[in-house]
Amino acid sequence: MADVSLNLSAASTGATTESRATRGLLIGVAVVFLALFLLLPLVTVFVEALRSGVGAYFSALGESDTVSSIRLTLIVAAISVPANLVFGLAASWAIAKFEFVGKSVLITLIDLPFSVSPVTSGLIYVLIFGAQGYLGPWLQAHHIQIIFALPGIALATVFVTFPFVARELIPIMQEQGTLEEEAAVSLGAGGWSTFLRVTLPNVKWALLYGVLLCNARAMGEFGAVSVVSGHIRGLTDTMPLQVEILYNDYAYAAAFAVASLLALLALVTLAVKTLLEWRFAGEIASQRRH
Amino acid sequence: MDARVANDVNYAPDVLTKWGRPVDVAIESVEKAFGDTPALHGVSLSIRSGELVALLGPSGSGKTTLLRILAGLDFPTAGRVMFGGEDALSLTVQQRNIGFVFQNYALFRHMRVFDNVAFGLDVRPGARRPTKADIRGRVLELLKLVQLEGLERRYPAQLSGGQRQRVALARALAIEPRLLLLDEPFGALDAKVRRELRRWLREIHDRTGHTTVFVTHDQEEAIELADRIVVLNQGKIEQVGTPDDIYDNPASPFVAGFIGESNALPVVSSGGALSLDGRALAVGSRPAAADGPHTLVFRPHHVEIVEDRPGCIEGVVVSERRHGAVRRIEVEAGAQRRRIEIDVPADARGARKGDSIRVLPNHWWLFDAR
Repeated sequence: MADVSLNLSAASTGATTESRATRGLLIGVAVVFLALFLLLPLVTVFVEALRSGVGAYFSALGESDTVSSIRLTLIVAAISVPANLVFGLAASWAIAKFEFVGKSVLITLIDLPFSVSPVTSGLIYVLIFGAQGYLGPWLQAHHIQIIFALPGIALATVFVTFPFVARELIPIMQEQGTLEEEAAVSLGAGGWSTFLRVTLPNVKWALLYGVLLCNARAMGEFGAVSVVSGHIRGLTDTMPLQVEILYNDYAYAAAFAVASLLALLALVTLAVKTLLEWRFAGEIASQRRH
Repeated sequence: MDARVANDVNYAPDVLTKWGRPVDVAIESVEKAFGDTPALHGVSLSIRSGELVALLGPSGSGKTTLLRILAGLDFPTAGRVMFGGEDALSLTVQQRNIGFVFQNYALFRHMRVFDNVAFGLDVRPGARRPTKADIRGRVLELLKLVQLEGLERRYPAQLSGGQRQRVALARALAIEPRLLLLDEPFGALDAKVRRELRRWLREIHDRTGHTTVFVTHDQEEAIELADRIVVLNQGKIEQVGTPDDIYDNPASPFVAGFIGESNALPVVSSGGALSLDGRALAVGSRPAAADGPHTLVFRPHHVEIVEDRPGCIEGVVVSERRHGAVRRIEVEAGAQRRRIEIDVPADARGARKGDSIRVLPNHWWLFDAR
């Protein structure tokens, strides 16, 4: 949105020649489109959620299966976000600061989850860990449950959200180069100290930004989780799955109530994201990339 | 101690007692290759303790590589580096205790000036780390030395290029280095600031007595600052000497062309007599000149305009322009119309474009061209 207003102010100073009417029309089309396809559905979610009153809204959210789905979603996010924070940081550090064989392969692999359909990602885990999968018999023999349980859901979520942190950090770390690290070691700092005092502080806002996007996706992921969850009510349903179940059960108000929480999460993410972009534009890679 | 330094208002005597002991450096037959690309060929050099040495050369000459090898940021493929009697290559970059000032300063962008300078002391392991108060005292002392008092709460982005340069120097000095290395220290600054900082760096060096090595591609900088200049070209040392040595007795056409300006003409020596394009030259030949192709090198201001005299260089003026106190004319000389540049008095006659001209170098060097 900021870009749009920027271009318009440039237009009004005469840099471009579109007439007032043309500009009005273009803005109008954009606004109508946004209202119709983004704002209207969002409003609908909240309207439908609150249709039967605030009391019904909260009692729908307090329903035990829903509560357990919220808890599961939080647990999954609490596992996958820190995991991807560590993986992403390690991978981008290695890629940006060191030269090694297979670097381009690693960069491509990091992008893989973005190019693979989430359903496929889920199926991969079923094929590996499921009862009929490669490791299924061995896992069953040792009473380890991965598919249709928390480990499977967490694994699928980690896979799907893997690129967020790394892709945010790699360009910014590459741009910063290794000069400051070299300065730090020449001043006597060890590797770990250099990382904590120089590398990490230089990317902290980009890291926070990546974590934020990663978290939003981890909580909202449907496809991959749907395949590995097994839809055991009150046990393996995350919030997005719970929305679908409630909706299919004709419990519209309850479905929209849970959906409204996810919508709220999206709004908060958007607000924090905008705040970060506004405040630390120069230190966040995505802003320049997109 | 230099007299001009003692007059400095910012003189801080107790800073001087705290430096690490300056050290002799010996570089022995160092080789370095990046993959298949050689960067240094058998470089040997010794640097005396307290000396200020310039590594001078064009880009790609290996000067920065040599500096990074001294710092421990790169390692040679062969050869030895000794600090005092100690094998430097067996030390890690952290153990070497070297102050390195990077080309673009590499200040920590998220730290204030104070924390940048304090960094090297802050990261020391517990037993060797000074107390907070000592660190503070030392940082403020250093900021005074580099004339940045009052700026300790600024971030690097809030400083001018010259100020950043001085923060980088203070940060490097904070660790009491045995050796101070500077990579193109004035490269990113404008001409005026550069001259000021150059003089100032010389003063700091004279006061602190560090063994200092700096890399530059600017001959003027090297001549003005250094005790000795090491001229590097294509990974080899061409010449080592004082600025006077190198200017007055260049060891190769490259050195003559890189330090000061010079002309080079291909001549042939035969029986002690020189000729250019088959025409005899009356530049009295030296007994040492063996038969064969040679390069005759002379500076633009070491040339006289002569009357038609046997053995002079004949040519045509192709351009002329004012060059400070003199007039610089470009001449196409000899049958092959080789371009040379000559300085003549600003009011010299016969030095206009299109004039034919006869000249004779009165001071020159002859190098074997094989």
